[in-house]
Amino acid sequence: MKGTIFDIKHYAIHDGPGIRTTVFLKGCPLGCWWCHNPESRSGEVFRYQKEEKVNGKIVEVEETIGQHYTVNQVMKEIEKDALLHEESMGGVTFSGGEPFFQFNFLLQILATCKKNDIHTCVDTTGFVDPEKLKKAAEFTDLFLFDLKHFDDNMHIKYTGVSNKKILDNLRLLDELGKRVEIRYPLIPGINDDESDLLRMLAFLNNLKNKYPVSILPYHKIGSNKYKRFNIEYKMDGIEEPSGEYIEKVKNTIKEAGFEVTIGG
Amino acid sequence: MNERIKKLRTQSLEAIPHISVERALLVTEFYMSNIAQQVSVPVRRALAFKHILENKKICINDGELIVGERGPAPKAVPTYPEITLHSVKDLETLDSRPKVWYKADEKAKEAYRDIIIPFWDGKSNREKIFHNMDKEWVDAYEAGVFTEFQEQRAPGHTVLGKKMFQTGFLDLKKKIAIEIDKLDFFNDSGAYDKREQLKAMDISCDAIIIFAERHTTELEHLAEREPDDNRKIELMHMAEICKQVPARAPKTFQEALQHYWFIHVGVITEVNPWDSFNPGRLDQHLLPFYEKETAAGTLTEESAKELLSSFWVKFNNHPAPTKIGVTAKESSTYTDFALINLGGVKEDGSDAVNEMTFIILDVIEEMRLLQPSSMIQVSKKNPDRFVKRTARIIKTGFGQPSVFNTDAIIQELLNQGKSLADARNGGASGCVETGAFGTESYILTGYFNLAKIFEITLHNGTDPMTGKMVGIQTGDPTQFVSFEQLLEAFRRQVKYFADIKIKGSNIIDRIFSENVPVPFLSLLIDDCISNGKDYNSGGARYNTSYIQGVGLGSLTDIMTSIKLNVFEIKKLSLSELLRATRNNFEGYDELRNVLLNKTPKYGNDDDYADEQAISIFEIFYEAVNGRPNTKGGHFRINMLPTTSHVYFGSVTGATADGRLAHKPLSEGISPFQGSDRKGPSAVIKSAAKIDHLRTGGTLLNQKFTPSLLETEKGLDAMVQLIRAYFRMDGHHIQFNVVTAKTLKKAQKNPEHYKDLIVRVAGYSDYFNDLGDELQDEIIRRTENENF
Repeated sequence: MKGTIFDIKHYAIHDGPGIRTTVFLKGCPLGCWWCHNPESRSGEVFRYQKEEKVNGKIVEVEETIGQHYTVNQVMKEIEKDALLHEESMGGVTFSGGEPFFQFNFLLQILATCKKNDIHTCVDTTGFVDPEKLKKAAEFTDLFLFDLKHFDDNMHIKYTGVSNKKILDNLRLLDELGKRVEIRYPLIPGINDDESDLLRMLAFLNNLKNKYPVSILPYHKIGSNKYKRFNIEYKMDGIEEPSGEYIEKVKNTIKEAGFEVTIGG
Repeated sequence: MNERIKKLRTQSLEAIPHISVERALLVTEFYMSNIAQQVSVPVRRALAFKHILENKKICINDGELIVGERGPAPKAVPTYPEITLHSVKDLETLDSRPKVWYKADEKAKEAYRDIIIPFWDGKSNREKIFHNMDKEWVDAYEAGVFTEFQEQRAPGHTVLGKKMFQTGFLDLKKKIAIEIDKLDFFNDSGAYDKREQLKAMDISCDAIIIFAERHTTELEHLAEREPDDNRKIELMHMAEICKQVPARAPKTFQEALQHYWFIHVGVITEVNPWDSFNPGRLDQHLLPFYEKETAAGTLTEESAKELLSSFWVKFNNHPAPTKIGVTAKESSTYTDFALINLGGVKEDGSDAVNEMTFIILDVIEEMRLLQPSSMIQVSKKNPDRFVKRTARIIKTGFGQPSVFNTDAIIQELLNQGKSLADARNGGASGCVETGAFGTESYILTGYFNLAKIFEITLHNGTDPMTGKMVGIQTGDPTQFVSFEQLLEAFRRQVKYFADIKIKGSNIIDRIFSENVPVPFLSLLIDDCISNGKDYNSGGARYNTSYIQGVGLGSLTDIMTSIKLNVFEIKKLSLSELLRATRNNFEGYDELRNVLLNKTPKYGNDDDYADEQAISIFEIFYEAVNGRPNTKGGHFRINMLPTTSHVYFGSVTGATADGRLAHKPLSEGISPFQGSDRKGPSAVIKSAAKIDHLRTGGTLLNQKFTPSLLETEKGLDAMVQLIRAYFRMDGHHIQFNVVTAKTLKKAQKNPEHYKDLIVRVAGYSDYFNDLGDELQDEIIRRTENENF
């Protein structure tokens, strides 16, 4: 079985505990306006012409986005970092895209990792089939679980999908007693309405377990890629949150009784 | 930092390096005297040393607590005409060159023209050396195949052990008297040589004691005239200290520092040794004094730090001796490589990190001076908090301290035949060189341009830069049918040039032994006294000669490229590839892009490329390791460049890895600048594939932006990265925490900065992959972080 991967990062220090190998799987059912990796939405491998500077001269180079890997090939890449994982109590993180987009492949690697005693993290939008989530949970030590907007209409507007399934899935993981870290992208003017945030916190408070929350402040990193890949960019005029503002939101979350970090 | 230290530090930073002819005139005056003609060479050297210390100006800087300057003022740099005789033109060059310049005034030039040059012309050691090198050596040297460390600076490359912190020069005089007494003129044919050497050592003891006494006199004078009561007391106290040390073993913390400093000034006055001199394991040496005095209430942490800070300034007052020609190119820096070692293990193998370690780390962070350099030794027995404390200093981005693997160093030393105790008392000095402190002469003999030798191999022994035959004929590689044939040809060329280098080095060693013994340095390193033998003649317990390989990363990429593109996928023939490199890739943009971006590179944990690194390492190791030197020791390899990778690059044409002609080679065992694309964990994996334990040091550079170390987790990750590298026996790693200046350069020349990682927001990425706007923002942010 082969999966489609668009990047493997070997010194990832913000994708879960310790130093991690982060495997980015291609394909995502969401279309978040602020997505950093719009090239990961399509599940397909594609090529594009990239301009590479070679000694001041611009040379047109064909670049491929995405590469097919067997489970063994991915495992080999992960195991290269074994010592780093051990020293840092780290492991592997599957991110995307939405890793569940390639569920069978994901499940196989997760199972192989667990067999090899590698700590596993899955960074998910939560917009997944609950049965699949349950199966994957068996081999997942920690879920990095995105909550992007608590208002469903807004969620549909900005991501293209309803948040209902996402919230249900979070309840499911809660029932299963899995370790979860909530990831909240903070995007001024889009998902930072205080009453929405408070409702989200209330929801989290009603769960059986209390999960730490990580604020991911919006950054204008994507813009260049949208141009490069010829994808419509809808974030013009949206500003990055200031440090002060991030602190304020952090306090709100803290006051609601959650452990909170900034930036994963 | 208090006002006094601030002032001393500023004075040191603002002082302009300038040439002082004081030493050159004194040494000339002595060599012209009758007595100089009547005595043996070692005694002559000792008397010259004494003459200098008896007559040089005593310099005591306002407010300082540790005294002693090599020249008449801070950053006054003496010259050593008996070793290297500068011409007036050299002085003009030193005075006018844009980088690493030394002011040379008219008076200095006049002294050279009228007195120094007329006396020394034709007699300097440097002239003897070049006169004795044969054609093969000169051809290889001129082609840039290797450099020669000793051509204008004396061997030194050694570090003080703990014994000298417990010994005074009066003690040494007693020991010398006993050794002279034991000489057996009836049965020992070397008795006379030993007596002359021991006499010279004894004179050198007197010289340094006189030097200290002269400081006492001057300090007392100053105290008399001092209006400020506090400073008056300080000066009187310092005068007392200079009566005690270095004649007697130090008893207090301040005495210990002053004791070392007199020794340091002595070593760098006697000759212009490489790596100035070095107190080595400073936290170990100072701890007993610190503990004793803080318990007695005569010293506080604060006063200890103040003394250390004043001590730090002394190093910074002493730029490297003047270097010219190839030597200036291979080591283009004022830094003179005194490398303070902290941490590691004690002689009994236990964790050596102590209170003093952390105090010195505080001083390093606060002083933020380029000299002395500093490093930590990390053993598996040392606590993480020690490494993390260091990471916090590294984060501030001045490249210090560097980080070494104690457990690897010990194994390297054991592998070279040192005792376990001597190995545990060792460490690294200079850049990364392994040595047994207090017991070993381990000299660097010169850099060895592996990439150039491969270029010569590709041209069947000819240097394509000049068309001159400099190597041996190992066959026309365009006729080779396998990559193995090429590798074999390279092996023969490496052996050929290593032979030339070793022969030259052995001759140079003898020239130093016969003409420039160093009786003062010999006092400091065991077992020169009991052997009755000079440091430069094999008197030390261990005697190692290193040859430093350069260009491992570049050459790995070059060989990988040829193996893949020529011999395996046969994308093009070797003749075609050589045509492209000879044309410096003019008109070969597409090919060059393939070589740069589509060919596996060292530094990415890719076995296909990394196996070439192993081959190169083994070929170099076989050619050098274990060959005897003239001092009873052996040649060994290490892998470091200082700035020679720039010089070696400048003499090497375009290469099969896509590098353009005359551009720098890779440095140390680091990947070629920009070719590591998979982050630091892949770099350490690649770098650990060569067998560090069979070297005497390797150098690995890593670039980080400050933001990658912004969080506690970022710092932890750095510690874990170090631990992982050291578990794989990596010898050394240093972190370049990159500043805005570099990022701006990266914007202009992104192809050189492909490996530059930045922390963006919630994730990290390569700088090149970011949009212009974000790059600008990060540059601004970085500037804010730094200033």
